[in-house]
Amino acid sequence: MADIAANDAFTEKIPKRTHPLVQFIRAQPLGFVGFLIVLLYFVLAVGAAWISPYHPEAVDFGAMLSAPSAEHLFGTDQYGRDVFSRLVYGSRTALAVGILSAIFGCTIGALVGATSGYFGGWVDNVIQRIVDIMLSFPIIVLAMVVVAVLGRNMIGGIDANLIVAIALPMVPKMARIARSSTLSIAQMPFIDAARAAGYSHARIVLRHIVPNIVAPYLIMLTAFIAQAILLEASLSFLGLGVTEPTPAWGLMLSGSSADFYQAAPWMILFPGLAITLAVFAFNLLGDSLRDWLDPKMKV
Amino acid sequence: MLRFGLVAVVGALAVAGSSLAEAQTPKKGGTLNFAVVAEPPTLDCHAVTTFAFAHPALPHYSKLLKWKGDFNNLKIVGDLAKSWEQSPDGLTYTFKLHDNVKFHDGAPMTSADVKASYDRIVNPPEGVISARRALHSDIGSIETPDAHTVVFKLKKTNASMLTHFASPWNCIYRAEKLKEDPTFPTKTILGTGAFQFVEYVKGSHWTGKRFDDYFLKDRPYLDGYKAFFVKSNAVVTGMIGSQFDGEFRGRSPKERDQIMAAMKDNATLVEGPWVSNLMFTFNTKKKPFDDVRVRQALTMAVDRWAGSEALSKISMLKYVSGMLRPGYEYGLPMSELEKLPGFSKDIEKSRAEAKKLLAEAGVPNLKVKLVNRNVAEPYTPGGIFLIDQWRRIGVEVEHSQLETKLFFDAMKEGNFDVLVEFISDFADDPSAQFDKLLTNEKSSQAAANHGDKKLDELFDKQAGEIDPVKRKAIVNEFERYALTQAYSAPLLWWQRIIVHHKKIKGWEHQANHFTATDLIDVWLDE
Repeated sequence: MADIAANDAFTEKIPKRTHPLVQFIRAQPLGFVGFLIVLLYFVLAVGAAWISPYHPEAVDFGAMLSAPSAEHLFGTDQYGRDVFSRLVYGSRTALAVGILSAIFGCTIGALVGATSGYFGGWVDNVIQRIVDIMLSFPIIVLAMVVVAVLGRNMIGGIDANLIVAIALPMVPKMARIARSSTLSIAQMPFIDAARAAGYSHARIVLRHIVPNIVAPYLIMLTAFIAQAILLEASLSFLGLGVTEPTPAWGLMLSGSSADFYQAAPWMILFPGLAITLAVFAFNLLGDSLRDWLDPKMKV
Repeated sequence: MLRFGLVAVVGALAVAGSSLAEAQTPKKGGTLNFAVVAEPPTLDCHAVTTFAFAHPALPHYSKLLKWKGDFNNLKIVGDLAKSWEQSPDGLTYTFKLHDNVKFHDGAPMTSADVKASYDRIVNPPEGVISARRALHSDIGSIETPDAHTVVFKLKKTNASMLTHFASPWNCIYRAEKLKEDPTFPTKTILGTGAFQFVEYVKGSHWTGKRFDDYFLKDRPYLDGYKAFFVKSNAVVTGMIGSQFDGEFRGRSPKERDQIMAAMKDNATLVEGPWVSNLMFTFNTKKKPFDDVRVRQALTMAVDRWAGSEALSKISMLKYVSGMLRPGYEYGLPMSELEKLPGFSKDIEKSRAEAKKLLAEAGVPNLKVKLVNRNVAEPYTPGGIFLIDQWRRIGVEVEHSQLETKLFFDAMKEGNFDVLVEFISDFADDPSAQFDKLLTNEKSSQAAANHGDKKLDELFDKQAGEIDPVKRKAIVNEFERYALTQAYSAPLLWWQRIIVHHKKIKGWEHQANHFTATDLIDVWLDE
């Protein structure tokens, strides 16, 4: 019995390992709220076919401009299309375009930045001047130019050129951040060791530097998703994004919605809220991830 | 001679403000600012078919004849022609021209310029597009006995010939310039119109200034005009914010209400019929649209009657009709139309039949690329409606809305399954309205790429028939056959709603958006 008691006492002394998610919730409760909202959007996007009471493109002339009711939770638009169903399906467009363009932009930016920081010298100079030029353009203007030049290229129901247009303005920002991280990593002894071992530059950049800038990459990724959602909505609002009758939040705010907003304010209220909430949630999550992952913020 | 047989509803004319106060003495001076909701795809009058060119560019040009009056009191009058006569056999038209007409570069306009311009329309040289070549194919020869007389001799009688001579698109170009370079109108604006070209800034504006040597000495009243190229959804705010004072293509019912509510007594409202429709055209070079069963199924799925009632409240689309404007005396009566594919009032039965036809054609799960214009009204509501109607018979649609130039490029290159097209003419005329329904051999406007010669033959037959009763019978046969074959199928016809600032006077509301665009009689009451 004494032995058992001794063992119990011993095990009690070992602190239980807290799950990282629990740590995150404790340290960043607001970030967790953001995470839950983001999760909700994912559930809506994935389960749109089951959650939506109507087909998002179904016209119902008998229900044109109906106010929110039990039949149409968020009302209907001028074609009698169910606003709730269009919002739910719209989360697919927002997340697909947002996530794909953020991943594309961040990844290209990280590779460009890592290359720039690793090589230094004239390579760094040339890349950084190009980055300077790209940063000098307002994001929306740069995206509009790309959309206008490339036109549309539908692949699997998503405009691939729209993703490029949204991703491109993110490249220089990510490149700047990746470069500054790379500059400090490049001074580390393990990089010298890799060089001494005769590894190629590509191997050093891809196998040794890039994995070490994953934390800033993830932080920027979440922030860029929010930006990308906003940018997609802005482009759709300007008639440069997705086309009717595809359900998309920005598109729901544009065109003839402006004609009917006084008679049917729900047509712009709910898409506006959906965009605001999504951007807020991704920003909240991104900021919290940054605070949680960056050791300097814990000091 | 054409007549506008107006149905009671179509002919409803609402006038607010002081548009009837045309008896006022016109005032000289001022610049007319107006909006244009698309950019011209080309600068060549003979090649173009869109208002995007007509509104900013036609004030620079003159034609032989033109249309005068409002839609309910319309007649053909002389423009460059001070008089004209038709021979008793209907085969010769002789025009006497004004003798003091000058081009904007100072050169005098003579019968040689008229001949060169019409030669270009009838027999376009290589590299020149003549959009209305088929309509003028009966012109056999053009003679110029003196500098101010032009004689057109027809190969055969043409019931629509006078209408064609009054076409807003038959701009008179300078013969000498055409001789040097037949494509010069695609690069240079040089006409004899009341306004000289100043500049065209793509995406921004087009400006014209009064031509001091215009042949009518008391015209124009305006010092100039400025056309702003804006997105359709910017017209309301632009008008309310006084950026411009009108838009002369047409506004939606909702936009009308918004402008009237904001501008109140400062706005003039005119509503009426429109010789324009939306139709969808199948690319018969692509399978399965070469199969009449597929084409019929897709037109039978559309509930035009319900669409008419609902869409007329939110868009320009309003009237159900075949290939001719509703109410036009040459059109098929509604009782007969209802028996043709796509016009049944029993939509459930019609859609069941449509599904059966698709299954028989081996495409029960058809996917369609629908190419449309990105002009909001009425193309977007038309596209949304069509996609919904086809979804109800299991057809999946990819909607591609393109800028005007890209749209016409896609049309020319056959880069579409189905095209949201339009009939849009300056007058009720079977020859004009049927032109797009012909073979490519016969018409440069045809997008369906079919080779059905029967339509060409019926077209020629009706065009040459001067007896109105006999012509009507042939026109009916053409329309019946075209609707049954469904190479193109009409969706709905438009209602034309114009709201402009009350200070704009002398502007004529005709049942189209191509004529009455020369701005000669327009003046500003300010």
